[in-house]
Parts: sequence; structure tokens; C-alpha cells
Amino acid sequence: MENTANVIEMRHIIKEFDGLRANDDINLTLKKGEILALLGENGAGKSTLMSILSGLLTPTSGKVLVRGQQVRIKNPTVAKDLGIGMVHQHFMLMDSFTVLENIILGHETTKGPKLDFRKAFQQIQELSQRYNLNVDPNKKISEITVAQQQRVEILKVLYRGADIMIFDEPTAVLTPQEITEFIQILKELSKEGKAIILITHKLEEIKRVADRVTVIRSGKSVGTFDVAGVTDNRLAELMVGRHVNMRLDKPLATVGKTILQVNNLQVKNNQGIMALKDLSFNLHAGEILGVAGIDGNGQDELVRALTGLQHVNTGHILINGQEMTNRKVREITEAGVSCIPADRQKYGLIMPFSISDNLALQSYYQAPFSNHHVLHHDVINSHANQLIKQFDIRTTSSSVPVSDLSGGNQQKVIIARELSRNSDLIIAFQPTRGLDVGAIEYIHRQLLQERAKGKAILLISYELDEIMQLSDRIIVLHDGNISGEVMPKTTSDEELGLLMTGVKKEGSSVA
Amino acid sequence: MDLVAILSLLVSSTIVYSTPLIFTSLGGVYSENSGITNIGLEGIMTMGAFSSIMFNLTFASSLGKITPWIGLIVGGIVGLIFSLLHAVATINFHADHVISGTVLNLMAPPLAVFLVKAIYDKGQTENISQSFGYFNFPGLADIPVIGQILFQNTFAPAWVAIIVTIILWWILYKTRFGLRLRSCGENPQAADTVGVNVYGMRYVGVLTSGLLGGIGGAVFAEAISGNFSISTIVGQGFMALAAMIFGKWNPLGAMLASLFFGFAQSISIIGNQLPLFNHIPSVYMQIAPYAITIIILVLFFGKSVAPAADGQNYIKSK
Amino acid sequence: MLKVTPRIKKFLVLTISILAGFLVGAVIMLIWSYNPFEAYSSMFSSALGNMNGIGETIREATPLIFTAIGFAVASSAGFFNIGLPGQAQAGWLTSIWIVLANPNMPKFLLLPLATIAGAVAGAFVAGIAGWLRAQFGTNEVITTIMLNYIVLYSCQYLMQQVMPGGLRIDTDTTKTISQNGSLKISWLTSMFGESRINAGIFLALVAVVAYWYLMKKTTIGFEIRSVGANPYAGRYAGMSTKKNIVLSMLLSGGFAGLGGVVQGLGTYQNYFNQTTSLDIGWDGLSVALLGGGTAIGILLAAILFSILKIGGLGMQTIAGIPYEIVSIVIAAIIFFVAIQYVIGLLFKTKPQTVVDEN
Repeated sequence: MENTANVIEMRHIIKEFDGLRANDDINLTLKKGEILALLGENGAGKSTLMSILSGLLTPTSGKVLVRGQQVRIKNPTVAKDLGIGMVHQHFMLMDSFTVLENIILGHETTKGPKLDFRKAFQQIQELSQRYNLNVDPNKKISEITVAQQQRVEILKVLYRGADIMIFDEPTAVLTPQEITEFIQILKELSKEGKAIILITHKLEEIKRVADRVTVIRSGKSVGTFDVAGVTDNRLAELMVGRHVNMRLDKPLATVGKTILQVNNLQVKNNQGIMALKDLSFNLHAGEILGVAGIDGNGQDELVRALTGLQHVNTGHILINGQEMTNRKVREITEAGVSCIPADRQKYGLIMPFSISDNLALQSYYQAPFSNHHVLHHDVINSHANQLIKQFDIRTTSSSVPVSDLSGGNQQKVIIARELSRNSDLIIAFQPTRGLDVGAIEYIHRQLLQERAKGKAILLISYELDEIMQLSDRIIVLHDGNISGEVMPKTTSDEELGLLMTGVKKEGSSVA
Repeated sequence: MDLVAILSLLVSSTIVYSTPLIFTSLGGVYSENSGITNIGLEGIMTMGAFSSIMFNLTFASSLGKITPWIGLIVGGIVGLIFSLLHAVATINFHADHVISGTVLNLMAPPLAVFLVKAIYDKGQTENISQSFGYFNFPGLADIPVIGQILFQNTFAPAWVAIIVTIILWWILYKTRFGLRLRSCGENPQAADTVGVNVYGMRYVGVLTSGLLGGIGGAVFAEAISGNFSISTIVGQGFMALAAMIFGKWNPLGAMLASLFFGFAQSISIIGNQLPLFNHIPSVYMQIAPYAITIIILVLFFGKSVAPAADGQNYIKSK
Repeated sequence: MLKVTPRIKKFLVLTISILAGFLVGAVIMLIWSYNPFEAYSSMFSSALGNMNGIGETIREATPLIFTAIGFAVASSAGFFNIGLPGQAQAGWLTSIWIVLANPNMPKFLLLPLATIAGAVAGAFVAGIAGWLRAQFGTNEVITTIMLNYIVLYSCQYLMQQVMPGGLRIDTDTTKTISQNGSLKISWLTSMFGESRINAGIFLALVAVVAYWYLMKKTTIGFEIRSVGANPYAGRYAGMSTKKNIVLSMLLSGGFAGLGGVVQGLGTYQNYFNQTTSLDIGWDGLSVALLGGGTAIGILLAAILFSILKIGGLGMQTIAGIPYEIVSIVIAAIIFFVAIQYVIGLLFKTKPQTVVDEN
């Protein structure tokens, strides 16, 4: 019924996990040489669908046709042989391996029994020149930037000769300029006849690069549209299933006294390299200060230094005017600092512990939660039940381990714990990472409420939209320095993007 | 005793004590590089020791000089079969690697002794009659001094162990198979996305540790203890595990660490025959290998880093 | 497929694991033409069939409870303390030495002193490994293995070269301790048919309760468990990983040391030279794994373990079946516990309806 120019047809795909339908009757077609956007919220089933296409999962029912032939993609090797390659959102790379080893793994060239490193090196060089994907094949993954790691992932797919390429949220880690470059790469690839599926939740990117867009919502296909004929607002509604208010109401800030002062801060990272070079800024009560920048420009070290986890080499951190440089974590916490860490499962929560215990993680040693080292579980539990109500954490009981909660509810546990402590300074590091629209809205509203209460909020995020929406002021981190301070009302994505790549404000480019 | 005689005694004894550790720690290196922690090397060695002695006792009269060598192979095969238990438990049945490995250590000694009792009706076996001979390296043995120290009357399995080390190092770092094996210990999910058969690779890793651990146990039994009893393998497997960690999960490193342990052990055993050493109270000589290991580890290595996904189960979603 | 609640499922899986372990033993016995029924009945009758047997079973369980708790404490903090044998041995020799050296000290002073000193000795040995890990990141598996050997040879040396001749019978055995330092209680001994049961079991029961209380009810246990489950989150919440590493290893070694103390002051009433690492150390590890690291689990596992061990001796004499079958059964049970995921597939869990307390 459809023409044979369809390189991929997925028909009535159903995928169940333990009785839950992650994909519920989804249809999708991909034409040769086109860029198809796959739009949906976190958890809508995009990644599941694409994992089926790349051979990582097998569908419960439904048909997959590649170039008109019905196929059973039972493992990644079959996908590879069909010319399907996927660039995963969480890079599938071996940190201790070289770029070259990562690219050839699973598709190795050998000379006799031996790996032919020289030939592979040449092939990779050719590919990276042809597609303008510069990266040193002999560097280890742990030594290169995130943007370079993404190039490695793209090279991996090209090295396997794929002509159907799937990109899962590829721009999440890139600067505006890098995104522009990336979109250029995508366009060149499609010009060469590659068919591309772009998984994203960023409407703007779809507008810039995609030909058609397929929207899915809670496992079901909502429809496929020509990008030219559909508005942003319509797409957003289709994705979320209700009308979304894309602007947050944000009353004017009433800025109070200085809560956090950072003076000439220098911090070495764990490898002994100076990660923060002479950083100074102030943050006031009732203000949200956004810290923009690309991952790896000192954000981690800034948060770790502020919370006492990383040694400060020189400079000072003052909280409420009090010297807090190189103090113990707990002293800093007690001085009125709350922190929402970027990696909630690694730093924010103890996954096998109950919600109650996780909510008590910062206060278990104080009365009324304990006396003379003896825990009062009744107090801990009633405190937890109160927070569960107040912060709308969806669970059957406070004794449920947090590993059983959804990502959004896990984040709510951290938010509840940190905000309920009534600290003067709230450090929010990537507070909405990987969450769906509803949870993001909720967390943003909570942060604005805290601002209204006169708290000082330091918002460190790699999502420019988030920084622009919430911040009263923005500083941009680049290579351990502040490359500029701007106001959200008067700046633009372009200006921020330049600052993020280290081009100083006021004209003269230093890049 | 002249210096050359002393050195050649020390070298040959070091080599004899190192060889079982080299084989076994190499096995550990392969298992853990594939992502399966293997604390059960001790048990695997026990099975290898037991089966090689049984084989040797049974076939020495008909097979003659070659018996101990075939005994190694038999020990390796029995070790491999025994390690299947660990492989199935950890790879298919999601068992905790440490618990499963501990089961091997708990299971092997009683199983072996039970079989000894059931077969021979006593708690330990007779001594074997056919052991490894000593051999002179053709050519190299005639080099003055060095030849005498290193290449005359040497323990042949040791040279096999060194050759195996080099081959295994080469396989691990220079071949497709090695790259894939290491990828499973580093990031099994990523390996899976590029079509590496994670379960298969992990089986190969564990079974290799069974084969080599079995050979290691067989070398120890046939060359050092000469018979099998409950006290034949007491801690050598753990020493091999330590050698593997000490050697940073690299075959060459594991071999060097094994040689060090062998050297330290032989000093404590033959120390009273050596000038200078014979005045040191024996307790210091006995403790030295273990204390020095700790000190070296603290001073020069600090935190040793295992393959990133070592000890983690990989559960493939279907 | 059977539908059960998670708690019942856990119980059923454990029961099946134990039965399967016995089945493995039976199969091996059948292969070598031993009669498994005769074996198991003689095993249970000699372990539980008379007061002496029961007394010996309890006596056997006593040190295992301590060493298992020792393993479990370190394990909660994320450490694999494989050095229990050495820590227990240090506790054993220390306590015996102190008792022998102070024959005239009154019992109410000597017994606590010797017991505490034994615990301290075990804690000291484990503390070395803990401190090295905290300070230098040295892998505790290696250091505790090495420490086992160091303790083994040091004890040999101390016993043979340092201990005053007056405290020893010969270079391999000490004199028997005086009543003042003994854990034996005469009414208990006679009640259990002159077995070697001793007051150590009461200490062990106290230890079980103390372990449960420490881990579940105190901030100390909360911190140890937190740091063990996720050291990064622990540090983020202001806990000191270094402090908890050292603390948990000290506690672990202390409990293991007490295992040695009850072995010396209770079971043997002396110290004799050891040629290999102490069994109660390795067995404690097994008991902890079998008991899942919980207080009640450790207690039950230690009893099961001891029934097998003591019964096995009876089985060997009565039925003429090699004692080793017992250890094979134990290993098999732990194996089945380790693969409980597969056994669990036999049952489906009912969705739990939880009633909120509020």
C-alpha cells in the first residue's frame, strides 16, 4: 500500500514489559534521504521503539519492514547488517578504551588473528575528514569532551556503513553553536542519501532540521505531520496531551541581602588540573542566579567546592557573611545550604533505602529524629508521610524503597528533603534532568516559590531554556572562568552560545 | 655454597612456587576482564590438584614420563567443568559473584576429600611416582653463570606458564576476541549494542579461569605437594587472586606479581640455607611475603582499579 | 504458578534452597552407594537426639554467630572482610594468654578483661585493613588475606618463642585455663550431658541483639549502611566515608575476635598451635551469607550449620559416611541461596496492598 521509497516501516508495534505496554500499536515510516523527528515526552516510548529497530529489544507483536522486506531484527548484528545504526543518548562507550577501539568494537578489521589497527586508523581518518568529525583516534574516551564523544558515536555508526541512522536526543549535551554544527552534519548525511530518525523533545530543532515529525504519547502514536505545516504549540499539545503554558509566571524579584559570596575561587579537579580559575560572584536573597555553560567547564567542581566535597585551593566562600571555605560538608549544610545534586541516583539517594530513610538522610543525627545516637523511627516516618503529602510524592507507603519510584518521584524525594530544611541557599544542579514536562513544571514552580520566600537559588543547568526561564541573572562558565554575565531579558541564545564557547562579551572574539 | 649456586637455588625455587600462581592468576585476569569477579580460584585449584593426582596415581605405570603433563590437562579440564557452576550462577542466574565464588571454595575441598575417601578409603592419597623432570635449555644452558642460574635444571612448566602469559596478553590486547572480552568487563550494555555476545564472552572468561586455575592446582599438587589431602591447597588460590589485583588485572602484571610471591615464599622456605638470611628469625621470613605485599600495595599502587563492570550482572532485556 | 506475598516467597525460596542442598548431598551419597536416609537420620539424631548433642550443637554455633556478625557488619559497609580467621585467632590467643598470665585475678575482673582484650585484638587486626583502605584506598580483600597469614605465623611465633614456658605444656599447646577465666558453667555443662556448651552462647545472643539494635536503631548503623549502599550519597549527606570504613572494620574485627574468645575460654579452655587459618572464620562467612546478613538470619543459619557439623560427626561414626558430605550440603545450600532469583521464578508475588500508618 505504501511506496517502496520507505526504507523503514514499523506497523502496529506493541512492546510489553511485565504487562505494561511501553509501545502500544505504534506506526512509523521513514523515507530515503529524509530526516524524521520522533517527538515525545520522557517515558513516552521513543527509546523502546528505537531499541526495537536497532535489535536491542524484540517487539511483543507487530511488523518491521526494511526496504520493503519484512525482517526480524533479533540482535544488533542483524540491525547492523541491515544498515541500521543508532547513536544512543547515554553514550555507549568504554571509558578506558581508545576512540579507535570504541569505533571498531563489534565490527573489527583483522589481519590474520590480529586486529588491524593501522587500517582501522586510516578508515576512521577518512570518515572523520569526509564528515568533518574531528577526533583523535588514539585518545581514551575519558580524555575527550562530551561533544567529541558524540562524534565518536556518529563515527561508530558510519564505520559500520549504516544508511539508516537513529539519533537519540543528540543535542542535549551541546552548545547552541555545536548544535548548529551538528544540524549541518545531519543535513549533509541526509544529502548523501542517509535516512535519519531524530529522537527529540526540542520543538525548535524539529523546525530547523526535520522534514516530517511523528508524535507519540504514552506508548501510542498520535500522528505524523509535515513539519512545515504544523505549529510549535500544536506539537507541544500533541506531545503532552493537554494545553501547555510555555511561559512561567514569574513575579519580579525582590532582591535582599547577600547570601553567597564567592571570591577568587580556585579549585583543582580530581586529576589535579585547575578546574576553576579565579571565580567570583555574589548571590542575594530572593534571587535566582543561573549558571550556564557546557558540561565539563567547572560546574561539577563549583558545586563540590560550595558543598565542601572538593578542596578549595585559594579564594573564599562566604555564606551569610560567614567564612565557609574548606569546611566539612555537614558544617556547610548546617550553615543553611541545601543542594539538589545533578546525578540523583548516584549522589542524591540511597536506592535500596526506603523513602523515609532517604528523606532523613540530612537530618537523621539531629533531634527529634534521634537522641544520643538512637534513631526515632516513628518521628522519621511521620516526617516522611508529611513530606510525601506536601510534595505530592506518588507512592503507596513511606517504606517503599526509592528504587521503586519513577524518576520524577525520586527527584521529588530529593526536592522535599532539601527544600524542607528551610536553608537560605539552595543549589540546584540540573534539577530537571531526564524528567517529563509535568515534573519539570512542578520543580520549576517549587524553585520560584522558594525565590518568593526570599531564598537565594543557584541554578546550574546545561539546559539553556531552563536557565533563561528561571534566572534573574545569568553567569556563563567557560573553562573554569566566568566568560560573561548577562540578563535573561536582554540576552539571546546566540550571545549565550558565544559566551559558552569562551568568546568574551563586548565584541572582540577570543575563540 | 658459592654465589652462583645460591642464586640458582633461589631462582629455581622461586620459579617452582610461582608457576601455580601464574597459571591461576591468569585465569583470574580473564574472568574479571570479562566482568565476572572470581573469588573461587582457590576451589578451582583444589579440584585441579585433586584430579591431577588421581590421574597421576592411576596412569603413571602405563604412561610413564608424560603422566604429569597429561595430569595438568586433566586438572585443567576438571577445573573448567567445576567453574561452569560459577558461570551458570553468575551469568544466567543473577547470583552475586562473591557468594557464588565462595561456594566454589566451600564446595571443592569436601568434594575432593569425599571422593578420595570414597575411592581410596582414606583421607589422603599416596605420593605420586611420576613428577615433572628438570630440563636444560638447549644452547642457553651453556652460557656461563647466567646459563647455570636460569637455564640449567629448570622447572619446565614454568616456561610453559611464561609463554602462556605472553600469548594471553597478546590475545587480550591485540586481537578481536580480546577487545570484545574486555568490553564485557568494561561496559556490557555498550558491548551488547554493537553486537558483542556478552553472555558468551563471559562464559569464555570464567571457563578460562577454570581451565587455568585447574592447571595451576595441578602444577602445585604434582610439583610441590606430591599427593592430595585437605591441606594441599590452602590459600594459593587467594594468593593468585591477590597477584591478579596486584598485577592490575593485566596478564603480564599478574605474572610479575606471581613471581614476586613465589620469590618471597621460597626465601621463607629456603632462607635458612642462605647466608645473611639464616640469621633472621624464621617468623620474619614467614611473614615477609605478606607484609611486603601490603607495603608495596600501599606505597606504589594505592587504589587498584578493576574493570569498570567487574562483578556486575548484566541482565539482557528481551 | 503459586501466588504468594513477598514475605512468604522469601521463606519458601529459602526452604527450597535448604531442601535442595540436602538433595544434592543425597544424590552424591547414592552415587557412591551410601544410604542417604540412614545418613540424615543419624545426622539429626546425633545433633538433636540427646542433651549432649544439643549442647554440642549450641556450642558449635556460638563462635559462628560472632564471626558471622563480624562479616555482616563489614559487608553492610561495603567491605569484604575475608580476614575473619586471623581476627578470630588473634582474639583466641590474646584471651587465653591474659587468663593464663593472671591466675589469681578474681573472676569478675579476669573474664571481662580477657573477653574485651580478645575483641580488641580482633579489632586491631581488622582495623589495619580498614585504616589502609580509608587512608590509601588499598584493596581490603588483599590486605585481609595477607593479614590472615601474618596472624597465623605471628601466633605460632608468639606461642613458641615469646610465651613464658610456665604457661605452656609444650611449644604447641598452652596449659588449661583456670576456672577464673573460663566461660564454662557447671550446671549448664551437666544439664547438657557433659557437653562443652558454655556461657559463650549467652554472649552470642546478646551480640545478635546488639547487632540488630546497632544496625537498625542507631545513627551509627544508619551511617554504616548508608555509606555501604552508596558511598557517594553518604558523602553528599555529610557522612565521613573514612570514619565509617575504619569503624565498621573495627566492629567487624571485634566480633570476629569474640568468636575466637568463646572458642578459647569456652570450647577448648586453652590455645594450641594452628597450621592453617581458623575454620570458624570461613564458616562465619558462610553463615553470614546464608543468613542474608540479618540478625535473626545469622542466628538461624548458625544453628542449621551446627546441626550439620555436629550431626555429621555422628553420621560418620554411626553410618560410616564420610564427614565431608556435610560440607558439600552446606556449600550446595549457599549455592541455591545465591541463585534464588531462579528459584523465585517458581512463585509469583501478589501485588502488595500497603496500608499507610497515617
